[in-house]
Amino acid sequence: MRSRLRSLRLAGLVFLALALSACQLIAPDVEDAPLNSLDPQGPFARQIDSLFWPVFWIAAGIFVFVQLAIIVAVFLFRDRPGRKEPKQIHGNAKLEVIWTVIPALILATIAVPTVRTVFDLTECAPDSMRIEVIAHQWWFEFRYSNIEGMPAGAEIETANTMVIPADEEVCAVLQSEDVVHNFWVPKLHGKRYLVPGQENLLRLQADEPGTYYAHCAEFCGLSHSLMRAQVEAVPREEFEAWIARQLQPAAIPDEGTPAWDGLQVFQSAGCVQCHTVDFEDNDQNIPDNIIPREAFNGPNLTHFADQYRTHFAGAVLPEHGEDFETALKRWLADPPSVKPGSYMPDLGLTEADIDNLIAWLRTLE
Amino acid sequence: MTDVAARPVTTIYRKPRSETGLWSWITTVDHKRIGTMYGYAAFFFFLLGGIEALLLRVHLAQANSEFLTAGAYNSLFTMHGTTMIFLFVMPASAAFFNYLLPLQLGARDVAFPRLNALSWWVFFFGAIFLYSSFIFGTAFAPMTPDGVTGNIPINGGPGAFDFLASSPNGGWFGYQPHAGPFYSTGTAMDYWSMGLQILGLASLISSVNFIVTVFNMRAKGMRLLRMPVFAWMTTVVAFLMLFSLPIIAVALFMATFDRQFGSTFFQATNGGDPILWQHLFWLFGHPEVYILILPAMGIVSEVIPTFSRKPLFGYSAVVFAGAAIAFLGFGVWAHHMFASGISPVAQAAFGLATMTIAVPTGIKIFNWLGTIWLGKIKFTTPMLFSIGFVAMFVIGGLSGVTHAVVPSDWQQTDTYYIVAHFHYVLFGGAIFGLFSGLYYWYPKLRGRMMNERLGKLHFWLMLIGMNLTFAPMHWLGLQGMVRRTWKYPEEAGLQTWNQVETVGAFIIALSILVFMYNWWRSKTHGEPSGLDPWDARTIEWMTPNPTPEYNFAVPPVVESLDDFWRRKYAEDEEGRAVRRPEADQVIAELEEIGNNPPQPIHLPNPSYFPFLVGLGITIISYGIIYHTTAWGKALIVGGALLTMASFIGWGIEPLEDEPEDHTPEHLEPAEAL
Repeated sequence: MRSRLRSLRLAGLVFLALALSACQLIAPDVEDAPLNSLDPQGPFARQIDSLFWPVFWIAAGIFVFVQLAIIVAVFLFRDRPGRKEPKQIHGNAKLEVIWTVIPALILATIAVPTVRTVFDLTECAPDSMRIEVIAHQWWFEFRYSNIEGMPAGAEIETANTMVIPADEEVCAVLQSEDVVHNFWVPKLHGKRYLVPGQENLLRLQADEPGTYYAHCAEFCGLSHSLMRAQVEAVPREEFEAWIARQLQPAAIPDEGTPAWDGLQVFQSAGCVQCHTVDFEDNDQNIPDNIIPREAFNGPNLTHFADQYRTHFAGAVLPEHGEDFETALKRWLADPPSVKPGSYMPDLGLTEADIDNLIAWLRTLE
Repeated sequence: MTDVAARPVTTIYRKPRSETGLWSWITTVDHKRIGTMYGYAAFFFFLLGGIEALLLRVHLAQANSEFLTAGAYNSLFTMHGTTMIFLFVMPASAAFFNYLLPLQLGARDVAFPRLNALSWWVFFFGAIFLYSSFIFGTAFAPMTPDGVTGNIPINGGPGAFDFLASSPNGGWFGYQPHAGPFYSTGTAMDYWSMGLQILGLASLISSVNFIVTVFNMRAKGMRLLRMPVFAWMTTVVAFLMLFSLPIIAVALFMATFDRQFGSTFFQATNGGDPILWQHLFWLFGHPEVYILILPAMGIVSEVIPTFSRKPLFGYSAVVFAGAAIAFLGFGVWAHHMFASGISPVAQAAFGLATMTIAVPTGIKIFNWLGTIWLGKIKFTTPMLFSIGFVAMFVIGGLSGVTHAVVPSDWQQTDTYYIVAHFHYVLFGGAIFGLFSGLYYWYPKLRGRMMNERLGKLHFWLMLIGMNLTFAPMHWLGLQGMVRRTWKYPEEAGLQTWNQVETVGAFIIALSILVFMYNWWRSKTHGEPSGLDPWDARTIEWMTPNPTPEYNFAVPPVVESLDDFWRRKYAEDEEGRAVRRPEADQVIAELEEIGNNPPQPIHLPNPSYFPFLVGLGITIISYGIIYHTTAWGKALIVGGALLTMASFIGWGIEPLEDEPEDHTPEHLEPAEAL
């Protein structure tokens, strides 16, 4: 009786494991997860998805088969009183061949679409739009040049938000400025490393306009977990309008406004050590292009308040439900307390400085 | 016991003579004592690695958690991985190799007993060296290649336990250039690279020793295909270590040169290649996975036949599958790098190679199933752990196949899906196997049995705990939880299952406490085991328990696979096992002779030189980290002198004394090198 109870417990446990696996399929919050890799929103991610599921079900079948075999063996062949000593079977050549060949055949079946998909998804289409993705500790930079509608030699630099036209293939040219990072937009494609001294390509395409979340997936230092980004897919005409806006330099605020004071803080507090802003021609003695970047590259802030740049600081702020301005205050007051190891130091700004800075940053649309 | 020949002490210099106490453990060359020390050290680090894991799990139970600082979090996951791999599973396997290999081969010791002691002491000091980084290590925030550090704060961010952040923090994989001189300033990653260098040396030394032992020290009649499967897996693992450890040694030397002496092998800003590090690391790192799992597979292959009361189904298939896994294991490393931008041809090739490994792995699983099928299964604690091994390892194996499907891996790599996969392989696999072995061979160590009730409680708690901890990681990963993530946002919807995992981790911890109590209590309260408590099959059970210092009073002569079983059981015309009428007599005689050797037995002399060499090498390593200072240089010179002097002492020290009565008939096969 006791022994039967024990078998039941074992069986129960194995089925608990099965049930847990089933949760994977029905867990409700899976669908809502911003980085859900099982929710493809573009042709490349979908092709991967359609490869994953057959493999999953084959694996699930083998899983059930082996676990059932264990359970059956445990029930049938347990030592009971009166049970005879077993036959001393040393093996069976036919069985060995069977359980060598059948798995090999199953794997061969999986191998064919695997190899085909690898080749399908690797090479960018030759006429696809190229956007450079440059990884920094701990944010993603996106550079646009040689794109239809852009004058020769012009360049757009943006941070944390990658704007792409929906329903068009985009070829991301991946590079890193420091360590190895890994660019991942799970709903659009799998991962690809950004390696210093090397260029990798990643095809991206979204079916519909929308926001697709990205995350650095390779451990890259203290704030690896806070290195996020967004891919904003917009209709073609909006994309073109966005490009046109991005080509505009920043306006100089009127003297005496808080924004003007904020610009003064920007120039004097040390921000220009790392940050760039492209200004319009002016007679206020502000250089039309600040590119000091002595120590580190920081994001180009010319269009900091762009409508698509809803997040900053590696797309970590504002946090869910947090007001943009509150988050920005928190960030400017002490960046490393938000992002450990942040290259943006605590500059000791006063509250007034911060308010003025924010007023100015708000003008950078 | 009294018949062990007295050791003469009339040589020109003082030789270690203690047979009890601390000094005897420091100077011992007995493979069983060395194995025991390996075992306790491994378990100690298992506890440390486990505490690190618990801290990580407490932290991750909450979205946006600030329980640990980012620095402490990074250090803890780095040290958790490094500890569990290099300071727990490898030395725990080494403990089994050491203790059991000579016994399973019918030998008195390994081929080179002092070299064996050297492996252990190098490991011991290497482990202390690595962990001393918690005290001596420093971790500073990044600087640029021009050496600018600006006014960057050096703390690890908001949270507690920041004092832990000074230990190695670049991940157990130490990816370059992040772990290089520009992005991991301070000494933390120096302790990591030098520490692994020392630990690798220890394993390399023992691999040579085990290979020579297997090829030269087998009992009379024990052909290679009569060796127990565990001995076979030891051999395979020894070859894996022999060929893979030099690769990581080279890579670590290059990394150390980058960090200490200004070379730029992996520093892209200076023309180096970060991907080269990944190739070298995984060219070692993937065989390493099999170094971790094959010993457990060997243990399971011993336990399952014993408690199914049947021979291992397809013995030679299991052995060759193990060898095939090892061989193929050298050709699949780039599946850790499918996202790194290697060419599609390479990706396809490594994907296919990875799939082929599933075939020999499947052969093993099906042969274990074939063994219990039609058996007469006794559900002892070791058997439960072995069946648990098969059930859990299958899950890890199947999720492994999904990684061979390259595009699928592009989505899964660097997420918790991978964490789930290798914990099913290494926890559900390696650790279940190791515990199975501990319960199974405990009588050999103590002459007593471990408590079965507590053992079963341990098993069920651990099985439930591990599934709660690691199963949810599968879907968390697919849902987008990246690895090594200090914070995940609330809106990511990951918190619930993370909390389940944390509960599971504490259930595992509870099961380990049950095990520790059982281990400690059984030493004095366990039932006396006698010589053959499990009705076992292999010849390590043909000596009394606890194992006498000399192992076998009379070296066994082997006539078949499972020779001990053959001596106890015949087969009737149906092929069923029938206990021979003389079986009890055989056991009684073995017990009698085993405790009273007919002739004096000469054992290798203890030596303190292995200890000193290990100490010297470690002192040099400290010196290298601080080589720019005068005292660092002094440490290098002092350590080198100590190492050299110890080698010289080792060289002139006789392994065995030349007693007057050392006539040829005392030369037992096991000693006749």
